[in-house]
Amino acid sequence: MTETIEKPLFSEEEMKTVNMHLDKYPTKMSAIMPILWMLQDKYGWLSEDNMKYAGDLLNLPYEHVLGVATFYTMYFKKPMGKYHLQICTNVSCMLCGGDKLFQYVSEKLGIKNNHVTPDGIFSIEEVECLGSCGTAPMMQINNKEFYENLTLENVDKLLNDLRMKAGANG
Amino acid sequence: MVKIILKDIPDLAKVDVYTKNGGYEMLKKCVTEMKPDDVIAEVKKSNLRGRGGACFPTGMKWSFMPKGNEKPKYLVCNGDESEPGSFKDREIFEKNPHQFIEGALIACYAMGCKAAYVYIRGEYWKWINIMEEAVADTYKKGFAGKKLFGSDFSVDIYVHKGAGAYICGEESSMLNSLEGKRAYPRVKPPFPAAVGVWGMPTTVNNIETLANVPEIIRHGGEWFSKIGEPKHPGTLLYGVSGHVNKPGVYEIETGIPLKSLIDDYCGGVKNGKQIKMVIPGGSSMPPLTREEALTVKMDAESLKAIESAIGTAGVIVMDEDTDLIKVLKRITKFYYHESCGQCTPCREGCGWMLRVLDRLDKGEGRIEDLDLLINVAENIEGNTICALGDAAAWPVKWTIRKFRAEFEAKCKNDKYQLPVLNKVHSIRHTPAYDNIRIYNENNVVEDLIGKVQENLNREDETFS
Ligand SMILES: Cc1cc2nc3c(=O)[nH]c(=O)nc-3n(C[C@H](O)[C@H](O)[C@H](O)COP(=O)(O)O)c2cc1C
Ligand code: SF4
Ligand code: FES
Repeated sequence: MTETIEKPLFSEEEMKTVNMHLDKYPTKMSAIMPILWMLQDKYGWLSEDNMKYAGDLLNLPYEHVLGVATFYTMYFKKPMGKYHLQICTNVSCMLCGGDKLFQYVSEKLGIKNNHVTPDGIFSIEEVECLGSCGTAPMMQINNKEFYENLTLENVDKLLNDLRMKAGANG
Repeated sequence: MVKIILKDIPDLAKVDVYTKNGGYEMLKKCVTEMKPDDVIAEVKKSNLRGRGGACFPTGMKWSFMPKGNEKPKYLVCNGDESEPGSFKDREIFEKNPHQFIEGALIACYAMGCKAAYVYIRGEYWKWINIMEEAVADTYKKGFAGKKLFGSDFSVDIYVHKGAGAYICGEESSMLNSLEGKRAYPRVKPPFPAAVGVWGMPTTVNNIETLANVPEIIRHGGEWFSKIGEPKHPGTLLYGVSGHVNKPGVYEIETGIPLKSLIDDYCGGVKNGKQIKMVIPGGSSMPPLTREEALTVKMDAESLKAIESAIGTAGVIVMDEDTDLIKVLKRITKFYYHESCGQCTPCREGCGWMLRVLDRLDKGEGRIEDLDLLINVAENIEGNTICALGDAAAWPVKWTIRKFRAEFEAKCKNDKYQLPVLNKVHSIRHTPAYDNIRIYNENNVVEDLIGKVQENLNREDETFS
C-alpha cells in the first residue's frame, strides 16, 4: 500500500497565527513549540516533512527541530489512532487502580503501549502523572479532554461510544 | 479559616466578577502609588516562601534582580506542575486565574520586567484555554499592555504551552524550553537573575506563589506573616490523593496537623483502614511512617525537622495493604523516564535502581540489594546538575530506610539472578557483573548479549 502523505502547508489564516506566535518572543527559535503544536493539530503527527517545514519557517536546521520534537512526549513522531488514549499509571492513580485500567484497556483492544489498533481507531499510551491525582484513575484523549474517576464499566461505555463515533464518520 | 486564593465567590474566574470583588485594584495601587522597592519590601515583610517546592523566600528572590533597565528583564511563571501527586495550580487556573495574573503583573512591576511568560504543561489543554481567555480579558480591560493606568509602566503577558516533559518544571530547563531548545537544565551559577531566558535577567516563580501577592499588597505583609506557622506563613493548597475518602485540593493554613488534614478534611482513610505510609509533598519527598504522619504538622520547618519536606504539598496517602515495593518501583520508573540524560549519575543511576527494584518486586532480590539501592541513591544525590537527581534518590533511600522489614521480607537469598540490562554500556558497570562470571562462567557472554538484544528490541515495554 502506498500512502501519500500530505505535504505540509499553512494557509494564509494559519500564517497569521504563526506570526502571532513569532511576535510573542524576542527570537524566532522560541516559536518552535507553538508551531510544532499547530502542525500536529493539523496533520495528527509530526512527519519528517512537517518538521522540515517548521525548520524552513523559522530558519532552523531540520536536526534542531528533530531534537526538540523528540525531547517532548506529546509530539507524536508516528501516526497514532484516531482516538489516542493516554492512561496515567503513576502513584496516585496506581493506588486507585490506574495500572489495572491500563492493562484492561490494553487487553481489550489487543494492543501494547504506544501501538495502534489495525483499524486505526485506537492507540494507547501509558503516561505519567497528568495532575488528576485527586480524581484518579484518569485518561486523557488526543492530548485534550480529561476523563476522570474512571471505572471499568464507564471505560467500556466510553470505548463503545468512541467506536460508534468513528464508524459514523467513516 | 482564611482563604487567600480559593475563595468561595461564585464565578470568580470571570474578569467582571473578579474586578467587582476588588480585582486589579492592587495592581493599580502598586503602579500608581508605590515604588517598585516598596512592593518588594512588602513581600519580604510577608515572609512568603515559594510554593514550587523549594520554599525559597519570594521577596529575597525578587531583590536579586538587577536594578535599572539597560537590559530587558523577564518573569517566568512556572505552571508545569508535573510532580506526581500535585494538582493544585490547575485549581488556580480554573477557579481564580485573574488573581494569579494580577500577582504576576505586580511582580513584573516590582522587578521592572518587560514581560511575563506563563509556562503551562501541554497536558493542561483545558486550563491553557482558560488562561488564554483570561489573559485576553486582562488586555481588553486595560490591565496589561502599554502605559498602565497612565503611568510609564508597560508590560506584556503571554501563555506558553509545554509538550510533556517533567523536567521543564526545573527552572533553568524551563528557560531553555522557552528559547526553543531541548529542555536541558543549565549549570548554575550563573543563576537566572543574572543570565536567564534569552540571556536576560529572569525570575521564575510558581503559580501559587504569585497568586498570593495581590492579597499581600491588599492586607499588608504583616497580616500575611501572621497566618499559620510564622516561619512558613500563609495558606497552602494541599492536594490530597490516594487512599482517602474525599481526595481533592484544600486551602488551609500552614502548620495544620497532617492527621487533621486526612481525617477532618478528607474524610479519613478509605474503608476505615490504617495508614501505612504518607508522601507529604509530591513523589520526590521522603515518605513518612504512620507514626510520623499522625504527629507531624504540615509546614516547611516541621517536616524538615523529621528529614522530609513540604515540596508542593501534594499529599499521597497509602493504606496498610499497599505494596511499597510496587510504589517505589513506580516512582523510580517515573524518574528513569523523565531524566534528561545529561548527568551520568542520574541517567544511569535511575536505571540501576529501577532494575534492582524490578528484581525485588519479582521476589528475586537479595538482602544486599537493599544496601546496593541506598548506595546508588547516595551516589546520585548531590552529584548532578539539577535536583531531579535528588528527587529520584530520596524516595528510594528513605523508603528503604524506614520500611526495611517489608523489603527484606520479599528478598530471597538462594538464587542468583542476571540483572536486566537496558543499555549496552551498562553491562560493564553493573556491580553484579563480576559475580555473574563466577556463577555462570560458560554462557555468560551469550546470556548478556541475548539480554541486551532483547531489551533493545522492546525499549519502552521493558518495565511495564
Ligand atoms: C525536577 C524538578 C521539577 C520541578 N517542577 C516544578 C513544577 O512543576 N512547578 C513548579 O512550580 N516548580 C517546579 N520545580 C521548582 C522550580 O525549579 C523552581 O524552584 C520554582 O518554580 C520556583 O518558584 P517559587 O520560588 O515560586 O517556588 C521543579 C524543580 C525540579 C528540580
Ligand atoms: S540531574 Fe538528571 S534531569 Fe537533572 S540535568 Fe542531570 S540528568 Fe538531567
Ligand atoms: S498520578 Fe495519575 S494523575 Fe497524578
